[in-house]
Amino acid sequence: MSAETPSPKNVHLWQANYKSAKTLETIIRVLCGFFAVISIATTAGIIGTLVFETIEFFQEVPLWQFLTDTRWTPLFASKQFGIFVLMSATLLTSTIAISVAVPLGLLSAIFLSEYASTPMRKTLKPLLEVLAGIPSVVFGYFALLTVTPFLQEIFDFVRTPIPIPAWLDFLPFTQYYEPDFFLELPFPYLEGFNALSAGLVLGISITPLVASLSEDAIYSVPQGLRDGAYALGATKRETILAVVIPAALSGIVASIILAISRAVGETMIVTLAAGQNPNLGFNPFVPVMTMTAYIVQVSLGDTAVGTLPYKTIFAVGMTLFLMTLTLNIFSFWFVRRFRERYE
Amino acid sequence: MTFESITDAQAEANLVTAEAKFQPNLAGRYRLDAIFKAATIAATTIAIAVLAWLMFDVLLSGVGSLDWSFLTSFPSRRPEQAGILSALVGTGWVMFLVAVFSFPIGVGSGLFLEEFSDDNWFARFIEINISNLAGVPSIIYGLLGLTAFVIILGDWTGGRSILTGALTLTLLILPIIIVATREALRAVPDSIRQAGYALGANSWQVIWSHTLPTAFPGILTGVILALSRAIGETAPLITIGALTFIPFLPEGPLDPFTVLPIQIYNWVSRPQKDFHDLAASGIIVLLVVLLVMNSFAIFLRSRFQKAR
Repeated sequence: MSAETPSPKNVHLWQANYKSAKTLETIIRVLCGFFAVISIATTAGIIGTLVFETIEFFQEVPLWQFLTDTRWTPLFASKQFGIFVLMSATLLTSTIAISVAVPLGLLSAIFLSEYASTPMRKTLKPLLEVLAGIPSVVFGYFALLTVTPFLQEIFDFVRTPIPIPAWLDFLPFTQYYEPDFFLELPFPYLEGFNALSAGLVLGISITPLVASLSEDAIYSVPQGLRDGAYALGATKRETILAVVIPAALSGIVASIILAISRAVGETMIVTLAAGQNPNLGFNPFVPVMTMTAYIVQVSLGDTAVGTLPYKTIFAVGMTLFLMTLTLNIFSFWFVRRFRERYE
Repeated sequence: MTFESITDAQAEANLVTAEAKFQPNLAGRYRLDAIFKAATIAATTIAIAVLAWLMFDVLLSGVGSLDWSFLTSFPSRRPEQAGILSALVGTGWVMFLVAVFSFPIGVGSGLFLEEFSDDNWFARFIEINISNLAGVPSIIYGLLGLTAFVIILGDWTGGRSILTGALTLTLLILPIIIVATREALRAVPDSIRQAGYALGANSWQVIWSHTLPTAFPGILTGVILALSRAIGETAPLITIGALTFIPFLPEGPLDPFTVLPIQIYNWVSRPQKDFHDLAASGIIVLLVVLLVMNSFAIFLRSRFQKAR
């Protein structure tokens, strides 16, 4: 195209093509706007779907029955729809998970941000992000086939009857037993499916998320605040606990709330390891069925569209959606209210 | 009582009591410091050790049945003949379509929010909406896919097909791609845009010739990370009704399918130990794919950061 290189002789060849450039820009702008609207359509679709099917559900099952029944048996002949049965399981596994993930994640975040050397931090931080991306079905495998048998062995070991030899007969409590009786600790039996190992592994699976996001918040606290605390004679631990953590609080709480909402909505770990038995209550040693596990159970079966069991998964989904939405809104509010700004 | 009203003797006495009260107790505080530091190290070690235990355990049980015939066989009721061919091909199909859909839509939305729109109510509404979508559990997207793509649009998508799965996963990862795109675009210095405008370019010309190429590594990193999230998703695909047993290869995007995580789920939930080992082999394959994608993303990011 050397012929069209601008020079004093052929400069008249160059023409700004405003019109086609303008047209192209408008087309692209409208197209991008259309793409952005897709995300609004997604929200509208989610809410529309859930609301529509949930209304259909409540035309067949009254709301009070949904809230007050103590059993969850929509697939049986005698149908009962106590959502709290499923909710109690979700709350149980999430609570166990959070009590693992928050201490582990937060302390790891403090270590990475405050104690680790720069090369160590630069290695561990990407590692955390990779670990946060391990698919949940992998953790489900781990919970069901590794952690549960491991915990069962520990439980069995603790429950192993301790022989009481005959020469201990003089002790007051042994007189109630035959000689050489075995003392058995009142320790529970751990079932093959249980909320405990599902919750523990769920906690491990969300720990990298808590650690990574909290570390971002802690690391971004200005060095001047730490220096100020040191100048007042505070030790490193006092600086971290009294100055750095409060300054990073909004980010830390946001990461914890995100982790809770992950734990509540997590599906594969609890479906695989916690079982499929809708039990009301908070016993972590027996099989339970979470809300997400119920949706999977119905989806795997041959449930015809429009039947009552089909509508139940949307009612359960609606409950789940409302729970995570509440958490998200609370997180937004908290971050806005408590964010510390440093310039 | 003002400061002057204290006599020298009183001031002296105050100082003595203050000194008596003030106990630096350095030894005790440093001991607590050491305990606290040990606790943070212990927490990090425990978290990494448990995840290492997971990896080790999967490798130990899975490596035995991981061979060429495992990769090239269909699932079977006999564990020694079973393989993941249909799951691998299904994952390939779904991921190809997800990439094709989510890349332009996600990057386009990011461009719209960051480059084309002013800070008006519409842009802010979309923004709040996207951060809300990022917090919706993945199984809820499955319910959306079930209604929207399987039932309402079933005539076009072929019902419980590869296309339905890909569309569902696209909606699921769009928020991640949009957020990553916006961050990458925001990192482009404004002077680059202004240089373009000064030469008479309009906004699309500036974006196409300067902003996008500068932001591209960042965008690509975000897209890869989002895709690696989509590869491991199981719940939404089970909800839209992906099959768990497919002894044939899908021939087009409208065919029924299965994917790696669903195949793994299926094997884990069987009672026989042989199938559990197959699940571990499947997990190794899945993790290798993820590791390759993640390393590529991290490599891109580190190159990008060095260049600046």
